[in-house]
Amino acid sequence: MTSSSNVSAGIVIAGHGGFAAGLRDAVECVAGPQPRVATISNHGLDADGIAAALADAVDRVRADVIFTDLPAGSCTIAARRLAKSRGRITVVTGANLPMLLDCVLKERVGAAGATLSAAKGRDGVLVIAAEPTSGVEDGSHGG
Amino acid sequence: MAVDLFRIDDRLIHGQVVVGWGQPLDLAFFVLVDDAVAASDWEQELYRMGVPPEMELHVRSVEQAAADLAGFQARPDHGMLLTADIGTMRRLADLAPIPRVHVGGIHHRVGRNPKLRYVFLTEDEEIALRALAAKGIEVTAQDVPSAASLSLDTLLASTGDG
Repeated sequence: MTSSSNVSAGIVIAGHGGFAAGLRDAVECVAGPQPRVATISNHGLDADGIAAALADAVDRVRADVIFTDLPAGSCTIAARRLAKSRGRITVVTGANLPMLLDCVLKERVGAAGATLSAAKGRDGVLVIAAEPTSGVEDGSHGG
Repeated sequence: MAVDLFRIDDRLIHGQVVVGWGQPLDLAFFVLVDDAVAASDWEQELYRMGVPPEMELHVRSVEQAAADLAGFQARPDHGMLLTADIGTMRRLADLAPIPRVHVGGIHHRVGRNPKLRYVFLTEDEEIALRALAAKGIEVTAQDVPSAASLSLDTLLASTGDG
């Protein structure tokens, strides 16, 4: 595992409720402290408030990628506005833990890095259907 | 009526609207009424990307919306009309019949008093909501479909702990 301390660009996670803080917490459980990962919640903020919080977070960690939750979310709208005005920010929607872990552990930066992390996030979505049972089952299963 | 929902929400198109309302109520279209968005191709594209392909987004200025509302109401499917603020909804209500309005999100800003978790109002905004009600429009507050729909009196009597 490598430290991200030699990477100048940070990332921002933005989303509904405790999504971003929870995702960062999960990342840190696996990958250790992430001082270059900033988070914001849209909770209680109007569009201007979200825009201000996002710009502040981007500046704080010098982020070049913003990860959001919903494509239609208010954080995504604000992120796209900021990306348009700043011109060097990539926005990735549908963030998940595999995606974020890939980003911080592989020290991804910029649009190219975000594209690789997004692919990892998509790969992390699996549907594991229950296998059909056969023979005598007592209904109890281990963990 | 095809446009069942008239919503005031300062975030306009966002998760609560598209996913929270759109999916369970099977909304087919949104009418976003905002003069600034209607005047900007880029702003329209921004909101259009937030709407899934199976839903339509129609952006109108207040005057265009007033002219087109009857056409939207004649559709067989269901939709929601959105404005970002009370003033825009009032201007529309002066030009076209609006049966009901729900306040879905007016967030904190300097000068606004807390009413609900998702509603903060200045005194002028309270007066504007009462003016909408005085026109015979049913005014309520409700952020998501599963939450209780609160009357205007309940909304205005609230002090932020709801």
